Amino acid sequence: MDYAGVVTLEILYMIAFLVLTSAGLAIVFGMMRVINLAHGEFVMLGGYTTIACSRAGIDIYVAMLVISPIVVGLIGLVVERGIIRFLYGRMIDTMLATWGLSLLLIGLVTLIFGNSAVSVPAPIPGYQLGEYQMGGYNLFIILVTAALIIAMWGVLKFTRAGLIARGAMQGPDVVASLGYDPRKVYMITFTVGAALSGLAGGVLAPLTGLLPSAGGAYIAKAFITVITGGAAVISGTLSSAVIFGTINQIVSFAVHPVLGEIAMLALAIILLRLMPKGITGRFFRDGT
Amino acid sequence: MTAWQSVGRMRWGWFLLSSAVLVLLPLVTETSTPTLLLIWALFALSLGIMWGYAGLLSFGHSAYFGLGAYTYAIAVVNMGESTAPLLLSMLVPAAVAAAIGAMMFYGRISDVYMGVITLVVTLILFKFMSATAGDAYVIGAARLGGFNGIPGFQTLNVPGHVEISLFGLPTYYICAAALLVCYLVCRWILARSFGRVLIGIRENEARCELMGYNVPACKTAIFTISAAMAGLAGCLFANWAEIVTPRVFSLGQAAEVLIWVIVGGLGTLIGPILGAIVLGYVKIRLGEQTVIDNSLILGAILIVVVLGIPRGVVPAVQHLWAAQGRWARRRGAKDSGARRRLGIAAEERS
Repeated sequence: MDYAGVVTLEILYMIAFLVLTSAGLAIVFGMMRVINLAHGEFVMLGGYTTIACSRAGIDIYVAMLVISPIVVGLIGLVVERGIIRFLYGRMIDTMLATWGLSLLLIGLVTLIFGNSAVSVPAPIPGYQLGEYQMGGYNLFIILVTAALIIAMWGVLKFTRAGLIARGAMQGPDVVASLGYDPRKVYMITFTVGAALSGLAGGVLAPLTGLLPSAGGAYIAKAFITVITGGAAVISGTLSSAVIFGTINQIVSFAVHPVLGEIAMLALAIILLRLMPKGITGRFFRDGT
Repeated sequence: MTAWQSVGRMRWGWFLLSSAVLVLLPLVTETSTPTLLLIWALFALSLGIMWGYAGLLSFGHSAYFGLGAYTYAIAVVNMGESTAPLLLSMLVPAAVAAAIGAMMFYGRISDVYMGVITLVVTLILFKFMSATAGDAYVIGAARLGGFNGIPGFQTLNVPGHVEISLFGLPTYYICAAALLVCYLVCRWILARSFGRVLIGIRENEARCELMGYNVPACKTAIFTISAAMAGLAGCLFANWAEIVTPRVFSLGQAAEVLIWVIVGGLGTLIGPILGAIVLGYVKIRLGEQTVIDNSLILGAILIVVVLGIPRGVVPAVQHLWAAQGRWARRRGAKDSGARRRLGIAAEERS
C-alpha cells in the first residue's frame, strides 16, 4: 500500500516536472511556432539566478518565484529583439540560431560561475510514508505546477491579453487588422515563455545540483513533451506529460531508471510517427 | 544547364592539388591533429551531402558517427582482425539509418519532426551507452563500459595481417584517402540522375513526386549513404582516439557538425569540408587556453552565420565572385565565353 503511494507520488512528480519544464517552450511553440532550443539554458539560468540570490541572503521563495522569472524573462526579451524576430517563419533557422544561443549561454555561465556543480538545500524537509523516506519538496513542485496550469488556463481563457494571444496564434493578419501589432504580441509571448522557463529553473534548483550544461537534461524532455503534445498549449502539454511521466516512472520502478528515460524517448518517436501533428493535432483540436 | 551548375562541377585541378597537399603535409607538420581534422571533415561531408543537396537536416547525425565508432570497437575486440569491423562500422549505421529513415520518410514526417526524431535517436543512444557500466553489459568479449567507454582495442591492420597494425602516419593517410574517396563518391552521386532528383526534392518535393520519382525511397537512400559515411568517420575516429566513449553521441558533437556544415556552406561539398577543418582547428586551439570558453565562441559563430550568411561562407564567397564578375563584364569585358559562364552563374545564384 505504501509502495503504491510512493509510486503514485513519483508519477505525479514526474508529470509535474515535465509540465513545469516544458510550459515555457510550449507557449513559445504553440503561439509562435518557434522552437527554442536554448530553452534548457533558460531553465538553467533560472536555477543559477535562484542560487545566486539565495546566497546573497534573499529569501529563497522570493528568489525562485519572483526574481528568477523576471531575470530570465528580461533575458528572453533581449533574445527576441536580438535574434528571434529576424527569423519568424524560418523554423529550421530558428532552431539553429537558438542552438547557437544555447552554446553561447553555456559558455557565458561557465565563464561567470565556473564549471563546477553548485546547489542550494531544499527548504522543505522530507517526511515518512510508511517505511519510505519521501522528499517533501516534490510535493511543493506538484503544487506549483498545478497552480501554474490553472493560472495559464485562466489567463488564456478569461483575460483580454489571453484573447489577443490566442487570436494572434490563429490569425495574425486578423489581429493586426483589429489594431494589435502581432510583432508586439510575439515579443510579449516570448518574454512570458522565457519567464516561465526561469520559474521552472528556480523551483527545480534545490532538487538538482546545477552545472552550466544542466540545460541539456531539460531540453530533451521538454522538447519531446511539447512536440508530441502538439500546438494546443495546455491540453497538449498536459496530455503528453501524463503519458510520458507515467511510462517513465513505471518502467523506472519496474526495470531500471535509465530504461525509463529510454522508454519515454522511444515512445516519443512512435507517437510522432503515428501522429505527426502531435496529440492535439489529432484529438482535442479545440483546446487551448 | 542550371541544374548542372547548381550540382557543381568536378574540378580535377583543385582535386589533384588538394590530394598533393594532403600527401605532402606530413613532411612539414605532425600528423595527429591533421588526422583528426580530416575525420571531422569526412563527418561534415556526410551531413553536407544530405542536408545541402537533399535538404534533409538530421539534428542528431552524431548517432551514426558514434554507431560507427562503437561498432568498430566492439567488432574488433571480438574478431581481432580489422577488415570486417571496418566494413561493419559502415554497414551497421547504414542499416539503422535505413530503418529510421524509412520509418520517417514513408510516414511523410515534415522537416521539423525529422529534426526531433533524429535528435531523440542520438539521445537514446547516449543515455543507453552511458548506462552500460558493469558486467551485465557485454557483447561477446567487449565490455561496453558505461561512461568510461571501451578503451584499448586494436587499431586498423593491413588486411589479412593482424600483426601489422597501423597507427600514426599510416592512419593519417588512411583518413586522407577516405576523405578523397568519399568526396569522389559524393560527386559521382550528384552527377547521376539520382543526384538531380535529390536536388529536385530539396527544391520542390511535390513536383518531384508528381513527376513519378519515388521521393521517400530517394530520401531513405541518401540518408543511408550519409549514415554509412558518418559511420566510416566514426570508425576512423575510434582508431585515432583509441577509445570510444558515449561522448561521440553527445549533443555537443551533434551541434558541432551542424555548425561546421552551415558555416562552411549548404549546397557545396567543399564548404562542409573546409568548415570542419577551419572550425575544428579553431576549436583545438581554443581548447588549449582557458580564458574563453569554447562553446561561447562556437555558439556566437552559429548565431552570426544563421542571421548574417544563412547559406554559409563558401556560397557567399562564390556569390561575391560572381557579382564581381558581373561588374567587370559591365565595364566591357569582351570574352563572350566567360560572359556566358558568369551570366549563368549569376542567374543561378539570384
